[in-house]
This record gives sequence, C-alpha cells and structure tokens, in this order.
Amino acid sequence: MGTAEEVLEQVRGALAPLALGSTLAHGILVLEVAAADLAKVAQTLKTRFGFDMFLDVTAVDWPQLEPRFEVVHHFYSTRDHVRVRVKTRVPATDPTVDSLVPLYNSARYMERECHEMYGIDFRGNDDLRPLLLYEGFVGHPLRKDYPKQKEQPLVPYRK
Amino acid sequence: MTARTPAGRPPSAAFEYLTTKKDEFVGWARKFSLFPYPFVTACCAMEFMSVSSTLYDTDRFGAALPRFTPRQSDLLMVVGTVTHKQAPILKKVYEQMCEPKWVIAFGVCASSGGFYQNYAALAGIDKIIPVDLYIPGCPPRPEMVIDGIMKLQDSIARARHPIVNKEF
Repeated sequence: MGTAEEVLEQVRGALAPLALGSTLAHGILVLEVAAADLAKVAQTLKTRFGFDMFLDVTAVDWPQLEPRFEVVHHFYSTRDHVRVRVKTRVPATDPTVDSLVPLYNSARYMERECHEMYGIDFRGNDDLRPLLLYEGFVGHPLRKDYPKQKEQPLVPYRK
Repeated sequence: MTARTPAGRPPSAAFEYLTTKKDEFVGWARKFSLFPYPFVTACCAMEFMSVSSTLYDTDRFGAALPRFTPRQSDLLMVVGTVTHKQAPILKKVYEQMCEPKWVIAFGVCASSGGFYQNYAALAGIDKIIPVDLYIPGCPPRPEMVIDGIMKLQDSIARARHPIVNKEF
C-alpha cells in the first residue's frame, strides 16, 4: 500500500469533497467534517481504506466559540499502521452527532463516556446510561462551565 | 483515671482499682490483636503490600492477618482514593464491622482527598465515617504506617473498654 504519507494522501484526496478542511499533524491526518457527513466519512474510512479500529471518541468544549463543541474521533488502520482524526463541530443547543455503533461495536462504551462527560448525544446509540458517573448525577463534569469544586455526594456527610 | 460507677452508688477505691485494671488488661489484649480489613482502592496498595510483607512486617505489632470480610475485623484500613460512587460501599463495609472498631485513613487521598478536588473524589473519608488515625503521605512510607499503627495501639491501650455496659 505504500508509506504512511502516501496512504494518508490517498485518504485525503478521496475524502476532500466531504471535508471542510484537512491537515497533517504529527503523522496523523486531521479531517474536519460537517456533523451530517460523519457517518459517511467513517463508512468510507472503514470499508475503502481499512481503518478497522475505532480508537476513541472525545469532545472539546470551546465556551467562546460557536459551534461550541468539537467531537473528535480517532481511527486506526491495523493494515497500514496509520491514524486519522475526524473533528466535527456541534452547537450547544443541539449537541448531536450520529452514533458509529453500527460500524464499530467498540464505540458503544466510548460514546457513553463522552455522553456523560460532555453531554454529546449520539443518535443511534440506544444505551447512553452513566458509565463512570452514577445515576442521579446532574450536569456534565468535563464541560468548562461545570464548577470545579462542585460535589454531588451519594452518602450524606456526617457532622 | 476516675472510675465511672453505676448510678446511685458511691465511688469506692476498690471499684476504681478494679475498673482501671480491667481497662488496662482489655486494652493490652486488644491492641495486640488488631485484625485489619484492607479497603484498598488505589496506588497506596503498593505501600500496604510493602508494609505487610516480610521486610516491614506488621505481624510484629499484632496487626498481621488481613480478614477479607469486615464482619471478622476490627481495624478498617482505607487505602487510597474513595470516589463518591464508592462511598456507599465504604459506608456499608464500616457498618458491617462489629464493635469495637477503629479506622485508619491510609494516605493523603483517604485523609483529605489529596490533589483530587473535583466532581469525582470524596474529599476525605471522615466526611462519611469516623476516623481514628490519619497517615499522611502520597504514598506514606512503611515506617510512617508502622508509626501510625503504634500510635493507634497506644490510644487503644489508654482508652476505656466498656464490656458489660456503658458504666463498667
């Protein structure tokens, strides 16, 4: 298949019509795509370029920017040993992206974690219960507007 | 030490002598038969293993045999960070232990939360259960743990040990 750079250039060329922007950073191809195109981009990466491993999904909270949230997916190709990072911007009023569980089963838990920590909704993931947090926790602790010292104890404090 | 006598009975020297000797004896017996229950949640576990294995050997202080059920133990060692999600479990473990019981907060996370001051961590286990002894350090050296155990033994030896009821 050629070197990592050649593979990534092929990916970049093929996905150029869907991407809002693309850069190479530290040997990783970074693609910025619209939320509506995310599933299609992931589908192409998996079926056409052999990105068979879903590494991670997380989010970045930019309180001053609009759209506020950046949902970041990482994919890895075990055949070519290259990585692709896909960034999607979603607004705070409707922080929804398509779930990638139909493509990658391993996305299920990572989307659950991203959902509880940042409040991103993954359309199509039917199990977004708290994973690391507990039932009854209010808010999303990794959002920048969550108070740093705020506690939600399950056991009443003794005095 | 003054003896507390049953209500309505005048204190006598003989009674005082008896209860003092009884507390001394029971305290001596109890301080050398601590059965620790390790509630181990985080990296302090490595120091706990170190302090209980042959080099430092808490066996020398009568705190040798970890019991893996709280119902058979009288010393709860909370070793490591406790999160809000774990707090109900710790509370339940504490409530399952029979009297008399003592609690050691092992390491700075169990003592005060340490550098975890956030949504997830409980800032000190003394917010939910009473603590008899705090051992600071991240993690504490085995010598500090031994020092802590000896201090706890001293306080057990000096304490009153009611057996029949609160008066005796």
